[in-house]
Amino acid sequence: MLKYLLPVGLFAALVGFLYFGLGRDKETLPSPLIGKVAPIFELTRLEDPEKTFTNAEFAGQPYVLNVWGTWCVGCRQEHGALLEIARRGEVPIVGLNWNDDRQQALTWLEQLGNPYAVSAFDGEGRVAIDWGVYGAPETFLIGADGKVLKKHIAPITVQIWEQEFVPLLAQAKAASP
Amino acid sequence: MKQLFLAAIVALFGLQAFAIDKAPAFEDPAQQARYERLSRELRCLVCRSETIADSNAQLATDLRRQLRELMAAGKTDQEILQYMTDRYGDYVLYKPPVAPRTWLLWAAPALLVIGGGIVAAIVISRKSKLPDTDPTDPGLGAS
Repeated sequence: MLKYLLPVGLFAALVGFLYFGLGRDKETLPSPLIGKVAPIFELTRLEDPEKTFTNAEFAGQPYVLNVWGTWCVGCRQEHGALLEIARRGEVPIVGLNWNDDRQQALTWLEQLGNPYAVSAFDGEGRVAIDWGVYGAPETFLIGADGKVLKKHIAPITVQIWEQEFVPLLAQAKAASP
Repeated sequence: MKQLFLAAIVALFGLQAFAIDKAPAFEDPAQQARYERLSRELRCLVCRSETIADSNAQLATDLRRQLRELMAAGKTDQEILQYMTDRYGDYVLYKPPVAPRTWLLWAAPALLVIGGGIVAAIVISRKSKLPDTDPTDPGLGAS
């Protein structure tokens, strides 16, 4: 009996592992930043290298940080969704222009529309490293307490926004007066 | 022909040696060796199966610069790897850490060898008890 049960059992275990492996999302890496205080940065503004912006300005209110670049196809893909989210005005979106060319980025915003309340220019990718960014587009939701509530990797859609971000945002707003 | 082939191989290896950075990052050979070792322990997260030493992706270039700066700032290996895992998680380490959730992973090779050994022992002990039915087989010990 064991002679038959053993190989069948092993095969079933293998199938189990493979099935589990198939269902897992290997593209999206979990961020160790979730639940931790978001790194504070100070960068020049995209439109004006003379002026700086720090996300400390948003202390006490929730905001979204969207990492993008003109070289990033997924960013173009999600741009419409970002414009729609910005139009709803639930939360300000901070744009982090990553490893990009300032002029090209400005042209992009001029042509496709600007969903960002403020745009920071991370030409050397230092802030991106601090935030654990590895592939644009990435979208973070930061709570009023400055903690990272959520990170979405890959292009965002209005549907993802409504299902995964809005409930967290509602909680964050309810928690802070 | 053979020389040409060898020359091609040498040329390829030559390219590989220069792939990491255009110039050595540190003048001190010990620091340079440490830099190369650490850059082989960190994963390029866009290319996944490459270390930041192997990859020419922008992210790998940025992470190498970060690594050089952390080293120049006098951070220990432990502090540098911690810095990277704080931001990117364990996946940034090319060698996964030994932790309860990776015990199976680390034990897998040993378990496979032991399992294979048990199966082999059972099969051999069973077969050796069978009568020798092949008259053409000279058997063990015959030369």
